[in-house]
Amino acid sequence: MAEPVKKAQPAKKTETVKRRQQPAAQQEPTKAETIEEKQYLLRFRADTKSHLHVKDPDICLTKCPDKICTIFCPAEVYKWEEVRMHVGYEGCHECGSCRIGCPHQNIDWVYPKGGHGIVFRLG
Amino acid sequence: MPEKFDCIVVGAGPAGTACAYELAKAGVNVLLLERGEYPGAKNVMGGVLYRQMLDEIIPGFYKEAPLERPIVEQRFMLLDKESAFTISYKGLEWAKEPYNNFTVLRAKFDQWFAQKAVEQGALLVCETVALECLVEDGRVVGVRTDRPEGDVYADVVVLADGVNSLLAKQLGFHKEWRPDEVALATMEIIKLDKKVIEDRFNLEEGQGCTIELLGDATKGILGTGFLYTNKDTVSIGVGTLLSGLIKHKIKPYELLEYVKNHPMVRPFIEGGEPVEYLAHLIPEGGYRSMPKVVGHGVVVVGDAAQLVNAVHREGSNLAMTSGRLAAETIIMAKEYNDFSENMLDHYRVKLMESFIGQDLKKYKDVTSFFDKHTQYFEKYIPMLNRAASQMLAVDGLSKWEKQKKVWQTLGSTGEKLQLARDMLRAWRVVK
Repeated sequence: MAEPVKKAQPAKKTETVKRRQQPAAQQEPTKAETIEEKQYLLRFRADTKSHLHVKDPDICLTKCPDKICTIFCPAEVYKWEEVRMHVGYEGCHECGSCRIGCPHQNIDWVYPKGGHGIVFRLG
Repeated sequence: MPEKFDCIVVGAGPAGTACAYELAKAGVNVLLLERGEYPGAKNVMGGVLYRQMLDEIIPGFYKEAPLERPIVEQRFMLLDKESAFTISYKGLEWAKEPYNNFTVLRAKFDQWFAQKAVEQGALLVCETVALECLVEDGRVVGVRTDRPEGDVYADVVVLADGVNSLLAKQLGFHKEWRPDEVALATMEIIKLDKKVIEDRFNLEEGQGCTIELLGDATKGILGTGFLYTNKDTVSIGVGTLLSGLIKHKIKPYELLEYVKNHPMVRPFIEGGEPVEYLAHLIPEGGYRSMPKVVGHGVVVVGDAAQLVNAVHREGSNLAMTSGRLAAETIIMAKEYNDFSENMLDHYRVKLMESFIGQDLKKYKDVTSFFDKHTQYFEKYIPMLNRAASQMLAVDGLSKWEKQKKVWQTLGSTGEKLQLARDMLRAWRVVK
């Protein structure tokens, strides 16, 4: 294995480092009531490629009236856009619920590339 | 020439780090792989760390580890819509050494713990995903990582890769978990002044309190909410079986908002500022969901082996002890230079003989029982609240009449018989 590192490395060139900020106009501290506000509290080092893939988009369209992943995903990664499933992998908590909960086992789920994805700072 | 270690541990959480620590301490050449930017970057826990199991690994760890507060009170609130029936134990024996448990923030704690393993001689490599186990002649001989030329070899591989153990699945140790074998927990960390926390939770300076929330916290779905005090934050969260969220079509973050705004909960966090939002799965299948934990050249520890006691919200302690037991077995295997399944099976035997195996066996039917019989959470908790309200209200009725009224809140004779039967059944499941 090439060059093992003992400590975290700084972000590489190809990565987009995101530290989403709260809207500046907001004076009151946020109560983080909506999922969008909750997601603003987080730090992500998103990869340029998705680690989540819908295996067969046709199944979502024709065989899955509930589209339950859009409900139980804790980060609202999955959004149904008329005829297709939009996968906002950048905000994924990597919890695995979609892989287990998809009634058609239609989600290909792997971990993001090493060092990428969500970075919890506290909990 | 590819690198070879005595042992590769996949995942620097409590299980993996405990294992790597013990191995390194015994002079075993161990590589500890972590996919996060640092240990803890991917890890979530409500926040209760039990003292005993880590003390067995690093005696007196609490004198230096980054802990939040020692817990002196554990409360259980059985919630209805606008009421709570509360049970609590507070004891000052928990406020001093050797302590019972502490709240921790995992991103801080896991880094500290992994550093201790490094000090013992473990090689920690972060930002590295173990993509698959390398298998030769039915024996695990290493892992393929996502680094360039990333194959690494070892006599034995320890899978401590958490609830989403893709590696144990790859080896066929378990099938995909079912939605009723995992709980989805969401939580927020809310910033509050230290003094405010101590006032609201009735604590002396530096002491901590945990509150478990049952009943209306999860809208009657099987699960619990929790509210734990950290130094200058509180962790509030809610976890339900994934199958429950699917069945009731509930968004987890909306359930979290519901808990935050519950009238029995809101005053604790009023005016606080959320600083982090986290989601994670908890393996709650228990004994019946335990995968195969040993193979040729491989053992499985911690969440990856479903080692969680959901009833007592214990997990990290089971993880650490499983890591320690795995290390003991590997050290023995190294002496005999035998890493066969037969030799490594000593780990499984030790695991099942320890409190881990015993506790998992004790509660083997609890999750499925309460998942199937919804009346406990949906019906009996509200009933208990009504009965307490009735009994404690002074309204001119004599106490005999009161008792009669409380008796009536339990329903018809048939319903009372059902209640008695249900209580007996619940007792049998947990006893």
